[in-house]
Amino acid sequence: MNKRLFVKGNEAVCIGAIAAGCRYYFGYPITPQNEIPEYMSRELPGLGGTFLQAESEVAAINMVLGASAAGARVMTSSSGPGISLKAEGLSYMAGSELPAVIVNMMRCGPGLGGIDASQADYFQAVKGGGHGGYHMIVLAPDSIQELYDLAMVAFDLADQYRMPAMILGDAMIGQMKEALIPHDYKPLGELPNKDWCVTGKRGREKGNTVKSLYLADGALEAHNWRLHGRYQDLKDQQVRCETIGIEDAELILTAFGSTARIAKTAVSMARQAGLKVGLIRPITLFPFPEQIFRQATERCNRVLCVELNNGQMVEDVRLSVDRQADVRFYGRPGGTGSLPTPEELFEQLQKHYKD
Amino acid sequence: MITVFERPRSLKPVSSHFCPGCHHGTVHRLVARALDRLELQQQTIGIASVGCSVLLYEYFDIDVVESPHGRAPAVATGVKRVHPDSIVFTYQGDGDLAAIGTAEIIHAANRGENITVIFVNNTTYGMTGGQMAPTSLGGQVTTTTPYGRDLEKDGNPIRMAEMMALLDGTHFSARVAVDAPKRVAQAGRVIQKAFEMQKNGAGFTFVEVLAACPTNWGLSALDANERISQEMMPCFPLGTFKDLSASQG
Ligand SMILES: Cc1ncc(C[n+]2csc(CCOP(=O)(O)OP(=O)(O)O)c2C)c(N)n1
Repeated sequence: MNKRLFVKGNEAVCIGAIAAGCRYYFGYPITPQNEIPEYMSRELPGLGGTFLQAESEVAAINMVLGASAAGARVMTSSSGPGISLKAEGLSYMAGSELPAVIVNMMRCGPGLGGIDASQADYFQAVKGGGHGGYHMIVLAPDSIQELYDLAMVAFDLADQYRMPAMILGDAMIGQMKEALIPHDYKPLGELPNKDWCVTGKRGREKGNTVKSLYLADGALEAHNWRLHGRYQDLKDQQVRCETIGIEDAELILTAFGSTARIAKTAVSMARQAGLKVGLIRPITLFPFPEQIFRQATERCNRVLCVELNNGQMVEDVRLSVDRQADVRFYGRPGGTGSLPTPEELFEQLQKHYKD
Repeated sequence: MITVFERPRSLKPVSSHFCPGCHHGTVHRLVARALDRLELQQQTIGIASVGCSVLLYEYFDIDVVESPHGRAPAVATGVKRVHPDSIVFTYQGDGDLAAIGTAEIIHAANRGENITVIFVNNTTYGMTGGQMAPTSLGGQVTTTTPYGRDLEKDGNPIRMAEMMALLDGTHFSARVAVDAPKRVAQAGRVIQKAFEMQKNGAGFTFVEVLAACPTNWGLSALDANERISQEMMPCFPLGTFKDLSASQG
């Protein structure tokens, strides 16, 4: 039996990453995720790994790019403003088909904003964030245990699909302490051989090239279709989602990450009050659980989407249900200070249940 | 038969895309020959930058990673930390290294990353069509300094080899030129020395190469060579600004 731990979310993601074999971390401090670089700086040297505090987020993500190109399991973390600076590097990594794990513990924005929990980086995470039209795998844990579990999943999916994977948390989940039961790391499936990485040729006939530049006629289009195919495969095979009571629901509540915790309480309050309310909690934000929304709304025609922003995931919910349900939105974009209470969401559920 | 001249093994047998009179090809050759002589081809990883040199992997018969504009020293850091027993070099232009990538180069040097940086200074942004670079000379006409670089308004040419020498992590910093045969030979020796120091685990080594961009300078190849010694060298003196290999014995 593994020992139960009582840790912060920011530590849980590191424990999971290290268990999954991550030995390289490059980052730059920003609140509310500083426990991540601090934890990695303590633990990695003793494991024969490398922690390096970069001069900026721009440098950090490019160190990640280099380490990934060299074949390592590598991670970085940041929050909003820093993720913006990493966008260029992420686009290059997507173009160069490089796996890595990026943690974004979202804070309030835009600009310097505040250090409170927010979910306003949803678009930035799931729509690419950088230039050129690409996707990352995006995972949204709602507990400390899940931060640990999904850190392992993120590394495996990144390697399998050869693309960056983002763990999208927020200040609340990063700073919260909760019990964590560690378990052994078991890969999701067979992991591909990294025969594409740079090591120096060491007798290999041909040199390996890691690049995103495709100049020959038609080559870039073929490359972009190949990447697109991978995004399709993810949609077909890697959707993760938690549902509660959607079979008989008259109203479906949907929320992700820390907001989903509050939503769960509100749903059970509603059930106790005799309202048939269900919950869909996307765990993968990309690939988005389109089918699950579509199937659920074949019989239940009303969805309420709750987010800590002015409405971002709600757009993907609407696209998924494709007008077959009435999708409504309730948002609180003011940071932790405006976090909705379970009672507040219960009130919303009552209201949207009726009219 | 005695072979007196041949293509370095570290270069592929392909023809290049560089403009007539451009020195990137010459510098490629010098780097490749240094790798050959030190028998490093099998363990070297090149970091290509953005600019005319981006197609490094088309010419070098080695492993190569492409990096975003200016970020090659950070990419090199990531690669080297994973494979410390490899030889890692970046190959960067002046726009790349001395403008957008100033932070990355200074901090890689300051950390004493055990990499070699080949810095090709042609006082202009070649690939994007001849705009002003941080190394453009006072009065130099470029597409974005149509009245000549105004030192009051546009700032001063930046001397990277001297700046690098000031940093504690730098073990070797020199400036060479490739405008004349004897200087090409000298540049080759300096580049080889930088790689040799990396091989010996010395630390950060930096070689700035004064090179021509006849196309964007609007000069013939010969006049472009002339400009290097007449106009560039007074501002960018050749020499070794730091060499810790001597003190290390
Ligand atoms: C982020 C970003 N900004 C601008 C560019 C456009 N760009 C490509 S090459 C270049 C200048 C390169 O000049 P230099 O580094 O001096 O190399 P040269 O082409 O002269 O060899 C610029 C500005 C880019 N690719 N990426």
